Amino acid sequence: MDQRTRLLEAALFAAPRPLALDELAALEPEATDADWLAAVQELREHYDNEGHGVELVEIAGGYQVLTRQAFAEAIERAAFAARPVRLSAAALEVLAIIAYRQPVGRAEIEEIRGVSCAGVLRLLQERGLIEVTGRSEGLGRPLLYATAPQFLEYLGLGDLSDLPRSDELSIALTLPQAAG
Amino acid sequence: MTAVTTPATAGGAAGGFVVNLDRYSGPLDLLLHLIRREEIDIWDIPIARIADQFLQAIHVLGLDEAAEYLEMAARLLRIKAQMLLPRRGDAEPWEDPRHELVRRLLEYQQVREIADWLDAAARQRAGRFGRGYVAPLPDVPPPPLEFTIEELLEAVERVLAMLPDLVIHRVIPRPLDVEAATARVLELLGTREAFGWRDLLGPAPTIADVLSSLVALLELARRGQLSLAQSRPFTPFVIVRGPAYATA
Repeated sequence: MDQRTRLLEAALFAAPRPLALDELAALEPEATDADWLAAVQELREHYDNEGHGVELVEIAGGYQVLTRQAFAEAIERAAFAARPVRLSAAALEVLAIIAYRQPVGRAEIEEIRGVSCAGVLRLLQERGLIEVTGRSEGLGRPLLYATAPQFLEYLGLGDLSDLPRSDELSIALTLPQAAG
Repeated sequence: MTAVTTPATAGGAAGGFVVNLDRYSGPLDLLLHLIRREEIDIWDIPIARIADQFLQAIHVLGLDEAAEYLEMAARLLRIKAQMLLPRRGDAEPWEDPRHELVRRLLEYQQVREIADWLDAAARQRAGRFGRGYVAPLPDVPPPPLEFTIEELLEAVERVLAMLPDLVIHRVIPRPLDVEAATARVLELLGTREAFGWRDLLGPAPTIADVLSSLVALLELARRGQLSLAQSRPFTPFVIVRGPAYATA
């Protein structure tokens, strides 16, 4: 590995969060984005090909070194690290609706689910997964919710485009003509 | 939420099935479950059968007082009634009353599918640990308080020493009314040359009255407006006008 790749590895090791490409520039002002992308590529291949217990992943618009899935159980059993709590089915449904319809108000979420969801919204907000981005122009100017940056980190996604597209889902929302 | 996992059986057309309260995140979820159980074509829901099963299920699950489930039950019954209405001539286009329900069910099913995808992604992420993991600190109970009164007083001293311009007031409520007593004395002095101090007091004086009068007398004596005279020690004293009385 060249010097810059080793610097990248050290930076990712030290940082407690994903580091974005433009943040890496602070490490070495002369290096271009292309230089850093090459370093990322080299480090990723190094981890994948040389038999490492960690991998380089793209999360929330940045890069992060994470332990491999295969070792999750042993690490957790030894209590060296703990998985974050899982969300309830209701919370995941609300999160799904917000992810695809953001910015979206509470009334629309409740209309789709057929259940009130004030408590779930508060919980998701407290966990930093969603945030209020404004108010609708509609009656009562209800709050509008959108996913927060933490949402991508929680799911390990690079950005929102990593979510499945509607044509990848088995149910598409368009109704067949026969039913209309 | 309590972990209610009461398995309940409800006799359906396709035989008994086990329902679990925790599994449903709303009336649409329960309805989808019933439709899948019965292997029903979602585009041609036998609404009478499904409505009956829904009512039975929410009764068994103890959900028949939950507003959202009741609303769905009412909706199903309304659709059931609309389906029974005789259709007018074939010329008039017939709006299937189940249409809106089907649209909502499909929409909800899509949300469920995405929610499952999110759950899988979150589990994938949760099994990979990043650097900078900081274990939550264990809750340590506070140590028991042990100290002597000297230590406490020393601590108080240290705190007091930090305060600039330390002024300590000891506030005692004082029911004495010296002003009124002074006015009474001056009034008597105006009408009499001399009087005894008992004349100052009413028929049932309180200790506060006595002390108020005493303070008033001493103060007026200091100012020279009256003089106190006694014929012998421990006899009642007499109050007479003092040298400065005229100037008052």
